Amino acid sequence: MKHLLSIDDLSYHDAIELLNLGNEMGSVNKREVKKLPALSGRTVANLFFEDSTRTKISFEIAAKRLSADVVNFTAKGSSVSKGESLKDTVLTLEAMGVEALIVRHNSSGAAKTIADSDWSQSTVINAGDGTHEHPTQALLDALTIRNKLGSGAESGDLSGLRILIVGDIMHSRVARSNAKLLRKLGAKVFFCGPPTLLPNGASPLVDGIYYDLDEALSDKFDVVMMLRIQLERMSSKFIPSQVEYADLYGLTESRFNNLSSNTVIMHPGPMNRGLEIASAVADSPQSVITQQVTNGVAIRMAVLYRLLAQEGSSK
Amino acid sequence: MSARTVLDANDINRAIIRISHEIVESNHGTDNLLLLGIPTRGVFLADRIAKSIKLNYPDFDLSSSVGKLDVTMFRDDLSQKPSRQVEATIIPVADMASKTVVLVDDVLFSGRTIRAALDALVTFGRPKAVRLAVLIDRGHRELPIRADFVGKNLPTSLDERIRVKLTESDDEQSVVIE
Repeated sequence: MKHLLSIDDLSYHDAIELLNLGNEMGSVNKREVKKLPALSGRTVANLFFEDSTRTKISFEIAAKRLSADVVNFTAKGSSVSKGESLKDTVLTLEAMGVEALIVRHNSSGAAKTIADSDWSQSTVINAGDGTHEHPTQALLDALTIRNKLGSGAESGDLSGLRILIVGDIMHSRVARSNAKLLRKLGAKVFFCGPPTLLPNGASPLVDGIYYDLDEALSDKFDVVMMLRIQLERMSSKFIPSQVEYADLYGLTESRFNNLSSNTVIMHPGPMNRGLEIASAVADSPQSVITQQVTNGVAIRMAVLYRLLAQEGSSK
Repeated sequence: MSARTVLDANDINRAIIRISHEIVESNHGTDNLLLLGIPTRGVFLADRIAKSIKLNYPDFDLSSSVGKLDVTMFRDDLSQKPSRQVEATIIPVADMASKTVVLVDDVLFSGRTIRAALDALVTFGRPKAVRLAVLIDRGHRELPIRADFVGKNLPTSLDERIRVKLTESDDEQSVVIE
């Protein structure tokens, strides 16, 4: 495995191995020296054509914990504003010795374009491409679910768990990657959202679809994952108003209070508090939103280690 | 190539008992002793040495005196060798400053695993001293490293392979040279 572009790149076995490795990487945080030498002397570039706080910083910390040198490229303030193409940007970075590119781009398939090209030799990690995929987010979510709810199965997968993903499915690469990975790991995954935000092709991705949140929540779920309404990706009106959306599809306090006290609440961030999730819900003990961020560093260390430290291996 | 058994099950048990005595002797007792096995077989050997110490010194507390140290991420040959499984590291004490750590491994060869182990160890703290116990020392060191406690010195040629089999991980117990 040279690149991580999509959850489709991972076998069931790869996914379990990455989660196990993620747990070991997470334990580095408890050491006196929070650093491993595995990627010492390697250079990794964060290539971000789209705004990001947690993913970018998470990858940066992960790479630094493994002793790699990290350069941060953001499209804003770079030569992209002078018209430099994706290809020339990559060639420039590689000419300076960058070996791995962590790519976030607003066009679906951007990371794959670089990985498949004959002009780039780098290892490419997809950190979110348009409305396509965000594989490391799905991995960190799977790790968070596994750590929180444990795994009934000896294999360490998520068999038997029921997971509901709610909100703006259409624009969500997080929903797509999560549906693929969590089902690969044996969980049952359901989508819920307004019909305008649920693409026609979504049904083969999941075990079921709801258009009514209250109906969905009346069926028992182990995990409820709320998605952000991506106003910046909406070219036309998909929802009548934010207030109506919050009312119909938001995880309000009253909806939350009707859930079992074992239901785990997740959100990939950044949150619109009061819109898709009420503030009190996000801050409740059942919410694992900050653990998701913590696990993000661990799982990205695992991915970087797997792709870069073992690059010369036969796998 | 023909296989030759150099240690049988009883030889291995006797070597472990002797090493456990030597460790206690050089440490002037069992105080502040911390055994750390290097996966995979070093972990089993560390457990056995600790249990052997416990037989003679009932006050020796196994739960706070035996752990394991995974060195995979500290190796200098990560990109040359096929992917290795990263295992958990368990250091059973919060502070190693007063401890004499005994690293335990099955075979001492180039010394590179122990180099990695020393690097891994300092990320957890600064032990008072670090010693090394191995079941087999087969020579061919590539680094200035030596063992303090050795089960058996086994002169080998570079094209020979040493296979250590223990009941915990294999169907029998022996050391075979191939």
